[in-house]
Amino acid sequence: MARGLAHLSDEALVALMARSEEVALAELYDRFGRVAWGIAFRVLRDRALAEDAVQDAFLGAWRGAAGFAPERGSVRSWLLTLVHRRAVDLVRREERRRVDPEPEDHGRVERGADDDALLRLERERVQAALARLPDRERETLELAYYGGFTQSELAERLGAPLGTIKSRMFSGLAHLRELLTDPEQMERWRTSPSTS
Amino acid sequence: MANESLHELTPAYALDALDARERVAYEEHLAGCADCRRELASFGETVSALAYGEAGEAPPPELRSRILTAAAAERKNVVPLRPRTFSRPLAAIAAAAACAAVGFGVWAATLRSSLGGERQAAANLRAAAAVLGDPAAQRVRLGARSTLVVGSTGDAVLVASDLPAAGPGKTYEAWVISAGHPVAAGLVGGGHGLDVLRLTRQVRHGDVVAMTIERAGGVSQPTSAPIAHAQV
Repeated sequence: MARGLAHLSDEALVALMARSEEVALAELYDRFGRVAWGIAFRVLRDRALAEDAVQDAFLGAWRGAAGFAPERGSVRSWLLTLVHRRAVDLVRREERRRVDPEPEDHGRVERGADDDALLRLERERVQAALARLPDRERETLELAYYGGFTQSELAERLGAPLGTIKSRMFSGLAHLRELLTDPEQMERWRTSPSTS
Repeated sequence: MANESLHELTPAYALDALDARERVAYEEHLAGCADCRRELASFGETVSALAYGEAGEAPPPELRSRILTAAAAERKNVVPLRPRTFSRPLAAIAAAAACAAVGFGVWAATLRSSLGGERQAAANLRAAAAVLGDPAAQRVRLGARSTLVVGSTGDAVLVASDLPAAGPGKTYEAWVISAGHPVAAGLVGGGHGLDVLRLTRQVRHGDVVAMTIERAGGVSQPTSAPIAHAQV
């Protein structure tokens, strides 16, 4: 039955969730469960905690669907923010984690036969964009987003003033946004000597 | 904290790199700062792309049912604010689906504007959504004010807009006519602006679907000439 919703937009699904339609929640999970799991597990490094984070986030979306505001961003962004924030809150509470970001290429390209082709393309696109960032920007974004560190922790850890961390996050996100939205930028950056 | 420094927290907020105290301060600021809301929306999309940088492995299979079970359990604790007629959510979903010109905004607004999640309506909504979401569904004009949508399984939904009320003691009745033999397929009162009926009978290729006006409660055989009919 959930397949009957496969042709609805993400936003329409959320509108149905606001009416307590469980099939819409199921469909949303089928669309985003994998990426939600990926980020929760990356931040938490613990399967049970990652399950909790994903479950809490989807239930948060279920309860909060009526408050979803399209002008504030996409469903994808809204939902993944719920997942990521929950994961970060859990990791900070557990005082766990915080393994450094994986070295590049380690465990990232090969994900086995279980992999989803579209997801793989998007992953490769994002990883390629990240690889084009100046090292300090990439390091700051990765430690913040995948590591779950606060900006103050990052300043301490990276031995940089808080203001520097803030501006690296700003320029890192701005560069990443350009790279992800403009293929020409990707080309231009590719020819620059910054990273290899 | 000065406003100036709160503006600067947008990237860190988008990355969830603020501690609890900073997060609260920023959210208070955000409520009154349109610039930051705009910037946050933009950075938010970029940040959500970062999640895909780690995507790949499937979640544990039992997680899906755990989430759905928990969601269903929560719903049972919700008391509907007021009873509603069961055609409302159907009307809402069909409003968007039946009329190609209706954009998503109206769809969302229509759905969001009406509260409640009654169970009976939910079952009908699911059924209607399945038909209306079926890319192979056939749409047939039925008179001036109605559209019939027939899914590939034969399930059918009738959507009528601005159908006048059938009148006191009267109802519209739908019929599926197969080889000249009419079978009652559901009742519509009219007068709601938008009426949606999931037909109680399946519709096959070659069948005729018709509407008549009958006495309230419906009849088993039509007693008047159809006000509208169409062949599928």
